[in-house]
Amino acid sequence: MDNILEMKNITKNFPGVVANDDISLDIRKGEIHALVGENGSGKSTLMNILYGLYDADSGEVFLNKKKVDITDPRTAINLGLGMVFQHFMLVDTLTVAENVILGSEPARMHFINYKKAVDDVARLAKEYGLRVEPRSKVADISVGQQQRVEILKALYRQAEVLILDEPTAVLTPQETEELFQVMNNLKKQGTTIIFITHKIKEVLAISDRVSVLRRGKLVGTKNTKETNHPELAEMMVGREVLLRVEKTPAQPGKTVASIININVRDRVGTHKVKDVSLDIMSGEVLGIAGVEGNGQQELIEAITGLNRAESGEVLLHGKPIHKLPPMPIKKRGVGYIPEDRHKRGLILEYSVADNMILGLHSQAPFVEKFLFRNEKAIQENAQKLVEEYDVRPPNIKQLVQTLSGGNQQKVIVAREFSRNPEFLVCSQPTRGLDIGAIEFIHKEIIRQRDNGAAVILVSAELDEILSLSDRVAVMYNGEVSAVLPVEKTDERQLGYLMLGGDAQKAEGDVEIETAAE
Amino acid sequence: MLRLKLQQSSLISRDLLVPIVSVLLALLVGAIFILIVGENPLHAYKVLFLESFGSIRSIATTLQRATPLIFTGLAVAFAFRCGLFNIGAEGQLYVGAMAAAIVGITFTGLPKIIHLPMAIIAGMVAGGLWAAVPGLLKAKLGVHEVINTIMMNFIAFYLTDFLVTGPFHGGRWAPETDRIMPTAVLERLFVPTRLNTGIILAVVAIILVYIILWKTRTGYEIRAVGFNPTAAEYGGISVSKNIVLAMVLSGALASLAGVEQILGVHGRFIQRFSPDLGFMGIAVALLGKNHPVGVFFAAVLFGALRTGAAAMDRLTDVPRELVVIIQALIIMFVAADELTRRLIARRRKA
Amino acid sequence: MWEYITFFFNATILAAALRMATPLIFTSMGGIFSERSGVINIGLEGMMLTGAFMGMMVSHYTGSPWVGLLGALVSGAIMGLIHAVASIQYKANQVVSGTAINIFAVGFTVFMLRTIFNVAGTSPPVPSIGNVSIPIIVDIPVIGQIIGRQNPMVYMALILVVVVHIFLFRTDWGLRLRSVGEHPKAADTVGINVFLTRYMAVIMSGALAGLGGAYLSIAHLSRFGDGMTAGRGFIALAAMIFGKWTPFGALGASLLFGFADAVQMSMQELGIPRHFVQMTPYILTMVALAGFIGRATPPKAIGKPYEKE
Repeated sequence: MDNILEMKNITKNFPGVVANDDISLDIRKGEIHALVGENGSGKSTLMNILYGLYDADSGEVFLNKKKVDITDPRTAINLGLGMVFQHFMLVDTLTVAENVILGSEPARMHFINYKKAVDDVARLAKEYGLRVEPRSKVADISVGQQQRVEILKALYRQAEVLILDEPTAVLTPQETEELFQVMNNLKKQGTTIIFITHKIKEVLAISDRVSVLRRGKLVGTKNTKETNHPELAEMMVGREVLLRVEKTPAQPGKTVASIININVRDRVGTHKVKDVSLDIMSGEVLGIAGVEGNGQQELIEAITGLNRAESGEVLLHGKPIHKLPPMPIKKRGVGYIPEDRHKRGLILEYSVADNMILGLHSQAPFVEKFLFRNEKAIQENAQKLVEEYDVRPPNIKQLVQTLSGGNQQKVIVAREFSRNPEFLVCSQPTRGLDIGAIEFIHKEIIRQRDNGAAVILVSAELDEILSLSDRVAVMYNGEVSAVLPVEKTDERQLGYLMLGGDAQKAEGDVEIETAAE
Repeated sequence: MLRLKLQQSSLISRDLLVPIVSVLLALLVGAIFILIVGENPLHAYKVLFLESFGSIRSIATTLQRATPLIFTGLAVAFAFRCGLFNIGAEGQLYVGAMAAAIVGITFTGLPKIIHLPMAIIAGMVAGGLWAAVPGLLKAKLGVHEVINTIMMNFIAFYLTDFLVTGPFHGGRWAPETDRIMPTAVLERLFVPTRLNTGIILAVVAIILVYIILWKTRTGYEIRAVGFNPTAAEYGGISVSKNIVLAMVLSGALASLAGVEQILGVHGRFIQRFSPDLGFMGIAVALLGKNHPVGVFFAAVLFGALRTGAAAMDRLTDVPRELVVIIQALIIMFVAADELTRRLIARRRKA
Repeated sequence: MWEYITFFFNATILAAALRMATPLIFTSMGGIFSERSGVINIGLEGMMLTGAFMGMMVSHYTGSPWVGLLGALVSGAIMGLIHAVASIQYKANQVVSGTAINIFAVGFTVFMLRTIFNVAGTSPPVPSIGNVSIPIIVDIPVIGQIIGRQNPMVYMALILVVVVHIFLFRTDWGLRLRSVGEHPKAADTVGINVFLTRYMAVIMSGALAGLGGAYLSIAHLSRFGDGMTAGRGFIALAAMIFGKWTPFGALGASLLFGFADAVQMSMQELGIPRHFVQMTPYILTMVALAGFIGRATPPKAIGKPYEKE
């Protein structure tokens, strides 16, 4: 079969990371080509380059054997490329038909022929089995329907190559099934599809060939029929050197925190956390493994008071805290390293010293009578923590925004850990950090555990989960699918579970303790 | 290399670069207008600055013109530190002025030590409450403060129009109140100029704003909300409470501009007395980089422009409105600082 | 009761309301262009004032108020262009840029008035656009009195509303403009030039505000006076918001506010201070924004400069 599209030696650097490192990818005409890899492996970047949203630093793109220079989306559209973004590019206040025709309107003398627009959209929708009402407002239809609108947008522009960026991430299983039917329809009619996902089950279900990216590099391309779940999992996760943390076996004490049947829905009503129950003991690290977006963040926000659970309870030493705002929860001894340090954890325009008191700024000794700041106490506190937690440069007056990511994270760690919390919630504590900072933060987490803290660790990095945790809970699709002692599991098995593998049928010769028990 | 050097040069000089260049650019464009009139720009500017800084008396006048701008500049800057855009200073100063005037007129027989502070506080309370409305609407309903503060400006104009032509209309024909009692007057400091003790109040306000913002827990919270409300919220800081508080304090500061004009300059409330002092406060805050000390210097500059403008008008053919054009241009250049920076960079390369 | 109704709702007052509403209609249509494309336009007042002045100037020198109208349109467009360059190109805060334009217009018009005519306050009289009668309609009782004999600009304003409505909701340009104000990135991904669209919208906004101003100086009156817009740019802004950023909504609000303007003197006679009548547009707008009478929701991307990655 002919290659419709060839990307050759694509390299793209972002400040501090190589997002795409010399990637060469061939797409055959009429195939469904899956592009898989963990978050941050460079899949979206590669496709954004193809669609003209990013410029590659180097590399070439050939379409039908002809070299093309795609500088903007308009060019991509004219060349027959269509893209369905993970975050939909739809105008809420417009109708389905208006969104579909936007930029390519059927018009005479600039007057839009709305009847034709609606008819065309209805016809296309029928042809490809994309059920959606052209006259509805986009704001009023479901997420699954919105995705169909996105696909229609590409088809309306006569896309020959359709890029779907993580289309199943926002869909229910039934909607995913329907999407697959649509994809098969499209394939039958000759459309080539590039399907981005990190769910191996989906790759196996729908694709003809699959390419795996890992840390910006192409690991390989396989015929789907000639590969299997474990092989793909291994390609995705890799077998890189683990960052081993020295630690003694856990000495779990009494239960510090209990999470009981927590359910969380997001603003649009999607069920994000489904009936999750967990106990965290003093002196242990409970790792929560899972591909991102499977409800971990929502669970953490419900625990820390940043978001309300729809139902369920969170108990700290047997007392409910799930109805409290963040501050009182904090005061009862909960420490938190937020997932997004820039959004939640730090005020970048504040100095190191001022960030070190965020949340404690209203308490003695940092404030005196008449609300005056006690500069001496603030500085002494910062000086002490900067030294203890090795923040560099050790200048407490420096603005946090001028620090490296690792040192920014150390500021948060110092602030949260120095109050010796009894319950510590760490969400992606080492994301995007250098090795030195990762090691340091890992040691500190273990030190907290050894001091008797109960620790929850959410991480998308399996290495991190395996090296720090004493028990591992796997979250998939909002549910805790398994809770395993760390010594009885391994990367392969967790990877399998994280990607939606069945806990009962998990490979390996270990016993599985399911969440239900 | 050059860029590296630029970044290494001290923080203060870099912060000052854009405002200074903006003022120079504005004067440059202003020169075109002077040429249109057929005057020599250098001569006109010389007259302007001699008249505003050339003698002790002119400096006193400049300071007097700067006084209300210090208050409105502080008001805008203070709100800005909480991430709020208070373009309602104009309205806040009108209600503040009216409240101060009413207290100044109606209470008789009080000793100065009670009457004057009473009038000032009445003004601050009125201005603060006026600003609280858009603050509350933002905090509770999420309505952007910009439109609401504009609307409140006009409501304040018409409300004070009503009061000054109706219930508090003075004995004379003009739309103004009676004179306030001598016990509520801000004393003149340098006769014959109208410089009054309001300037002392302004300096105190500068110091207080500085202390509140950087030396107290309140300031820590307000600035945190301004920089990053989500992180502030996680740090246990109530975003809505601080928004309302910042607006109230901002309104109180703005009102002092009106209070000073009434108690120190006019001695009575005059309908629509303010020459856009509130809007100019936006320029002052912007030019002063929203810092109290910067506000002081920006206000003095604007005060000087206004003072010199009168002389320029008298001694040359250039109408005094030139300085209004220059002030607008300064705002534009400071706001579009990307443009200004680019011009600076090109200059350096050349 | 009937007496009170006829006291306010008589042909004379309604005709006056229509006249008062006209500058608001022009300017609020301008506001709709700018804000629908995602650019806040606080500078409407200044653009109007500039248009009022330049309309007078051009009418004075050419002797034709219609050419004066063109002058107002062009000068307003130039003010719009300045706002666009500052806030779109150089990402200046849109509110600040608009404020600068307002202050500039005050200084510029008085400066020029004094320089050119050597007068302060009011310009000499200039040729202006006179009223016209529409045959047949003018003879209909009441209705004829209200709309049968008006200034041509009054009719232009009413036609403009229909044109803007059709433009926004029936043409591809309008669809693109709206999408840019709601979700610029989505527009970008289907190949729409976000910057160009916003530029055009803001320039158009200035041009229409300029016409709104010219109505005051060379149609309603035949001279320019310092600060003659007297906050009408802001009332137009309020009318746009109160009308929920739609042409017919803004028309309705403009008529309502125009009516308030026309009726204030009669109110005074009844003992209701006219200042309170004058306040109502602003109070109503705040109430609408707060959501008490059907929430007025601005275009989603308003106020945010668009940054390409």
